[in-house]
Amino acid sequence: MAENVPQPCPTCTTGGLCQGKGKQTLREGFWSNNPISIQILGICSALAVTNKLENSLVMGAALIFVCVGSNLLVSLLRTITPRRIRMIAEVAIIATFVILFDQFLKAFYWDMSKTLGPYVGLIITNCIVMGRAEAFALQNPPIVSMVDGFANGLGYAVVLAIIGFFRELLGSGMVLGVTVLSPDWYTPNQIMILAPGAFISLGFLVALFNCFNKKDEEDKKP
Amino acid sequence: MSETSALIILIAAIFTNNILLSNFLGMCSFLACSRQIPTAAGLGVAVTFVLAGTTALNYVIYYYLLAPLGLEHLQFIVFIAVIAAFVQFVEMFVERFSPRLYYALGIFLPLITVNCAILGASLFMVTRNYSFTQSIGFGFGAGIGFALAIILMAGLRKKMTYSNIPKPFQGVAIVMIITGVMAMAFMGFAGMVNIQ
Repeated sequence: MAENVPQPCPTCTTGGLCQGKGKQTLREGFWSNNPISIQILGICSALAVTNKLENSLVMGAALIFVCVGSNLLVSLLRTITPRRIRMIAEVAIIATFVILFDQFLKAFYWDMSKTLGPYVGLIITNCIVMGRAEAFALQNPPIVSMVDGFANGLGYAVVLAIIGFFRELLGSGMVLGVTVLSPDWYTPNQIMILAPGAFISLGFLVALFNCFNKKDEEDKKP
Repeated sequence: MSETSALIILIAAIFTNNILLSNFLGMCSFLACSRQIPTAAGLGVAVTFVLAGTTALNYVIYYYLLAPLGLEHLQFIVFIAVIAAFVQFVEMFVERFSPRLYYALGIFLPLITVNCAILGASLFMVTRNYSFTQSIGFGFGAGIGFALAIILMAGLRKKMTYSNIPKPFQGVAIVMIITGVMAMAFMGFAGMVNIQ
């Protein structure tokens, strides 16, 4: 994964965010190095909460928040963190943001907090957040790190939304709780809401992404 | 919940509520370490041991330390610290007393800290209000369930090396789909025993 990290930009020394770099970071996190479909990270939550589109969107928002926040803080502290204890420092920072989001959900969206249950807490062990902190934020200035966190969070959120959309649509004939496929002619396929549907739909999605990426690689070849 | 015996919970955690196939926890290491049967078995044993230990430890800490002090919102950070410390301790202990086992488990021990199944089991224990014995049963059963699933997968993947898989599906995609089929098979156990 280390070779995918863009090198610090030599032309700008102050903010670290010149236009090209920002765009490149955004594109890598979101598309060409998408955390779920390409790197296969953080799929536990991607499978568990996608039985409804609504849950997927909340989870995506949670991950964007945690990723941006922890990347910013890790990057700010990167010069004063001793290398030996950086893992513990990262976990503590990530856990802080996760607790913040969990408390926010509990205070304002109690039902959603109940539905997501332990999966909010499990963002701590979500490899995406830890991976970005370790691979990107430790080597880059704060603002670029925030962009990177946002891009990866967004990449995750979009994939979750796609899976959530299809699982809810095929599994219950609804989108965001509104019936789209009328029960008169469509029999909801229960398996899509249950565990096997999650695995199978993610499998097909990864295969789809593979198709696109193969084509990209072939195009690049002279 | 308190009337369900620990044994029932153990069986349920292995079959009907398999932590991997119905709660999707521990997928990262499931995908990474299911290429060969010995590797899968090694990881399974390590996970089982750590799961049983940490759920018991976290139970004691949550109900006798955090709850009386009203610090439940710190559960995430405390649980992850306990897990990291426990894994470290087990690693030192095993290295000192059984070097053979230490080399057999190899890199799996430190990797377990970030396995979401471990943290997930502790969090499920809290949300489902298990008693102490139930927690141990749950932790142990979840570990066995994880080991069972990963060893089965390793066997299937070994067979799969000789089959002709369409190109885009090679690698993770086909493994996910097979896991889905496996989850369907495990759903056949549903109704045998029932926990939440």
